[in-house]
Amino acid sequence: MLLFCETESEKAKANDPVLAGPYWGAWGAYVESVEKAGIIVSGAPLQPPHTATTVRIRDGQRHVQDGPYADTKEQFGGFYVINVPDLDTALQWAARCPAASAGAVEVRPVLVLPPRN
Amino acid sequence: MEATTAVETMVRTSYGRLVAYLAARSRDVAGAEDALSEALRAALATWPRDGVPEKPEAWLLAAARRKLIDAARHRQVRVNAEPTIQAIIEEAATMANETKEFPDERLKLLFICAHPAIDAAARTPLMLHTVLGLDAARIASAFLVAPSAMGQRLVRAKAKIRDAGIAFAVPEATELPERLEAVLAAIYAAYGTGWEDAAGVDPQQRGLAEEALRLARVTAQLLSAAPEAKGLLALILFCESRRAARRGVDGRFVPLAEQDLEKWSWPMVAEAEQVLLVASRARTPGRFQLEAAIQSAHAQRLFTGRTNWAAVAQLYGALVRRTPTVGARVSHAAAVMQAGDAEAALRMLDELSAADAVAEYQAYWATRAHVLAQAGRAGEAKAAYRRAIGLTTDAAVRAFLQERAKALEYA
Repeated sequence: MLLFCETESEKAKANDPVLAGPYWGAWGAYVESVEKAGIIVSGAPLQPPHTATTVRIRDGQRHVQDGPYADTKEQFGGFYVINVPDLDTALQWAARCPAASAGAVEVRPVLVLPPRN
Repeated sequence: MEATTAVETMVRTSYGRLVAYLAARSRDVAGAEDALSEALRAALATWPRDGVPEKPEAWLLAAARRKLIDAARHRQVRVNAEPTIQAIIEEAATMANETKEFPDERLKLLFICAHPAIDAAARTPLMLHTVLGLDAARIASAFLVAPSAMGQRLVRAKAKIRDAGIAFAVPEATELPERLEAVLAAIYAAYGTGWEDAAGVDPQQRGLAEEALRLARVTAQLLSAAPEAKGLLALILFCESRRAARRGVDGRFVPLAEQDLEKWSWPMVAEAEQVLLVASRARTPGRFQLEAAIQSAHAQRLFTGRTNWAAVAQLYGALVRRTPTVGARVSHAAAVMQAGDAEAALRMLDELSAADAVAEYQAYWATRAHVLAQAGRAGEAKAAYRRAIGLTTDAAVRAFLQERAKALEYA
């Protein structure tokens, strides 16, 4: 899985009249190349972090909190689950992503569960 | 008895090749090691009774299969592991009956060990462990950490290789220079362990010089098209050639300029020169070739009786332009001083202290002290010596610096 993390200022470019063009242009080109490679299992972009709501159950009490689960400089902004042979190939796809230049891309293998009998 | 010796020989000469072969197919270093140790146990049980098989390596590979299948069944990450394991078994069975050599996959293993996704502190130990078969306790003593901590580090690294799915492949041409640099740096780091224990007096803390030399040889041989791999081999050979001369009879530290040439190993120098010559034909000088060339310039003393410090300084200049590390810049300044220009050397050191973290770098303060003494600034030189002495962990080097500082009193 490729987990795209962006800073708030980077994410804000998406709605900026001047900067939106280059921002979406870079993402569009990236998405298109991933699609063309035929490696996508699933994926989605997400609404900005301020739309997030976090739920925790502590001592039987449900705590609902406005905002993302962790208050970090870079925020989770979308993901792809891709099917590639090894980490090195996944790292190459991660490096091509606009989020790698302006934020970070975490690469993590999906845990394949044994089939249920 | 003979069969037991055969197993031991097998471990020493073929361990890395067998692990590499199995791991390159199962992509699981830990699993490959477990399977191989099971096979070695089986060999110890059956070879004394039935005699050593004609193709011992193929025998071991075939014996490793049951354990590999077990391991694959327990793995959830790669669901398609079973066919892979099946292919290994078939391949091993074929090899047992044929005369062909099994493929050498150690190069892939070297690149895996120094992969950027592996914790940098684990790369050198992992190489020594998987390619040479050194145990965690031996590696731990060379790196001055507890055996349990080293064991943990190795387990974590091997789990990362398996679970993250790092490719068992030689990197593509575009990535090769950077990845190769990481492999060579890890080998050089192995050579650096125990460097200060030049006399090898403490067997518990003796470094891994011999093992690093073996790794460098294997790498240069496997990567015959890479001049830098030869550069590293030449560099290690040059350094090793002077091991016996680095300490006096009383364990006293002897600086390079004062070493007894009789104690240098001439055959090693000759081999180093030959390796470096072959590397230089490609006309692609890199960090290790340049460092080897510097050592080659020092080795010329064997033939001329003197060191051409101007040439050494020039080579350090080229090295600094390529890899401007603090260590290379300090050595550059030292060579410039030896070539007779203490003022220029001091300016170079001043530039360093302004920009880089040298506050606790022993070599910087020792060099600065020598340069200041040469420039006739005894007071500042004494202060620099005191600082260098405080940063020196090796008692013999400390004694040497104390002597130099004392000499200033009577100057």
